[in-house]
Amino acid sequence: MNFIDTIGSATSNMLRSKVRTILTVTAIVIGSFTITLTVGISAGISNYIDKQLGSIGAEDVLIVRPTVNFGDTGNGPTKYNEKSASSAGQGAFTSPNLTPSDIDVIKKIDGIIDATPSIIVSPDYIQGPNSEKFVTGTQEVIESAQFEYDAGGMPSDKAREPQILLTADYVKPLGFSSAADAVGKKVTLAISTPLSVQHTVSATVTGVQQSSILSQGGATINKALARSLNAYQTEGLPASASERYFAAVAKFDPSDPAKLTALKDDLAKKGYDATTIEDQIGIVKQIIDAITYVLLFFGAIALLAASFGIINTLFMSVQERTKEIGLMKAMGMSRFKVFLLFSVEAILLGFWGSAIGIGAAVIVGNVANIIASDNFLKDLPGFDLTVFPVPSLLVIAAVIMLIALLSGTLPARRAAKQDPIEALRYE
Amino acid sequence: MPSAIGVNNLVKTYGKKSTLFTALKNVTLDIKNGESIAFIGKSGSGKSTLMHLLALLDSPTSGTITVGDVDSSTLSRRQKDLMRNKEFGFVFQQFFLNANNTVLDNVVLPLKIAGVGRRERNKRGMAVLESVELTDKAKNKAIDLSGGQKQRVVIARALINNPSVIFADEPTGNLDSVTGQKIEDMLFRLNKSEDITLIIVTHDPELAARCDRQINIKDGEIQTEKN
Repeated sequence: MNFIDTIGSATSNMLRSKVRTILTVTAIVIGSFTITLTVGISAGISNYIDKQLGSIGAEDVLIVRPTVNFGDTGNGPTKYNEKSASSAGQGAFTSPNLTPSDIDVIKKIDGIIDATPSIIVSPDYIQGPNSEKFVTGTQEVIESAQFEYDAGGMPSDKAREPQILLTADYVKPLGFSSAADAVGKKVTLAISTPLSVQHTVSATVTGVQQSSILSQGGATINKALARSLNAYQTEGLPASASERYFAAVAKFDPSDPAKLTALKDDLAKKGYDATTIEDQIGIVKQIIDAITYVLLFFGAIALLAASFGIINTLFMSVQERTKEIGLMKAMGMSRFKVFLLFSVEAILLGFWGSAIGIGAAVIVGNVANIIASDNFLKDLPGFDLTVFPVPSLLVIAAVIMLIALLSGTLPARRAAKQDPIEALRYE
Repeated sequence: MPSAIGVNNLVKTYGKKSTLFTALKNVTLDIKNGESIAFIGKSGSGKSTLMHLLALLDSPTSGTITVGDVDSSTLSRRQKDLMRNKEFGFVFQQFFLNANNTVLDNVVLPLKIAGVGRRERNKRGMAVLESVELTDKAKNKAIDLSGGQKQRVVIARALINNPSVIFADEPTGNLDSVTGQKIEDMLFRLNKSEDITLIIVTHDPELAARCDRQINIKDGEIQTEKN
């Protein structure tokens, strides 16, 4: 029997008992649909994060924080340490902070090119040309970072005048007609002293950053702006309270990944936690990966159940066609060809199951993309909820067809070993 | 005349020790090319076992089977498959047609197994259907045919590979006497005109009487031979 005839025969065998075939294929469809959609969502999110990560750059930056010992370690209450006391005016953090001497220690560690304290300032509001007030967070300039800009660019730490980078969602509310319109204009930031006296500082807009999951920190401000805001924020406080930093930004040479690990170890020995921006995003990725694995596991269970369906279907098929198989063997069909016939039938079940399941998942995924981009992903341009890379889809289909083929082995073997005389017996 | 199939001291047993059953005991036989031969006997006499052995569907416990001038024990399973496909045709009492396939598809099954392309096998299928006068039924489903028509389809299927031997197991067993007579006529006509060796298993003495030789089998042994 040639190949085309084998496929033709397997197809007509498959269609002989339509309801049974449909039910078997449905089980495979459920498995392949789940797996494809899971892979699609995971790929969509990973794609977006990679895109963001690729665009943010800043590979030479380590965020250094004192190592945090969480509460009770079994040795009774933690002793009070004057040096690492929480700083005032820096939010609700009760974790230890860095002092100027910590910065000096970090600077001296081999491999660190430079370290600067990271000042977190919490303005009361930001105000644009239309005088409306909005709450905002701030983050410091990382010079090697490359954001996606709607207009303009990064503020400069070298500039003496206060500069600010806005995120796209602030442009219209602040009263600018467009991103380009905002660049070069002034905005006003208000900040309160520890004694609740409010002061304002005005800053020049250098650019507008596209909204992304990495811009949730709010506006990016340069050193000059940070300093003047911090001056008000810590006004009247003694140095022991004002010179406390949430973190330090350390620069290193990123060319050798092995050195980075060594550097982190060195910092850990001195009592500092160091993370790259990639590490921080890595946590998000790990969570997504964990969810992906759970969903893939469910998909795999569905496929396992489906494979028993295939085995069952094919055993019934072999049973029903005992005479036909015997006749074909009597007429000279080889064992291998009989085996092949049933194996092809199994692969066809896998093929249709995976084709329908993958097709349905791609359709559902794309519909979800359209809905999502009009709703909860509206503010994140370039974020497709699901992405279906063709190679991944082919791999999924191939794996499912392989599972089907393996499931078909037992029934196909039974068919191949059938004795033609049994079929011809009538006595 | 050269021999089509010869068997020497053929023994076939089933089971082991206490359950040992001897289906054939020392059967020696020589079937000439173009001959028609009938194995007659009751159910369980061993006549079907003998036919299965001759058709290479089964292997003997001891003794030799020679097809043409080839000792079957030297043939691989694949070579036996090929020989059954190319040299033998099978006619069964119960037809064994695939009920939902068309007449033509049923007839060309041996060619399909042999790997012949669709166009070629359909051409040969139509030709052989013409010889059994069923061209008009080619596209009908096998299930819609009468018993006699079904057996003619089976004969067409047996003929399609231009076999040298046709094995017919109770070919008229499921047919009424008039239809049975027509089928017999067709088989003997092929035997004479195409020089096809005809090996018939039957318990119908009238059918057996039309053969060149009648071999009576009882308890796995050749009892009498009538020419």
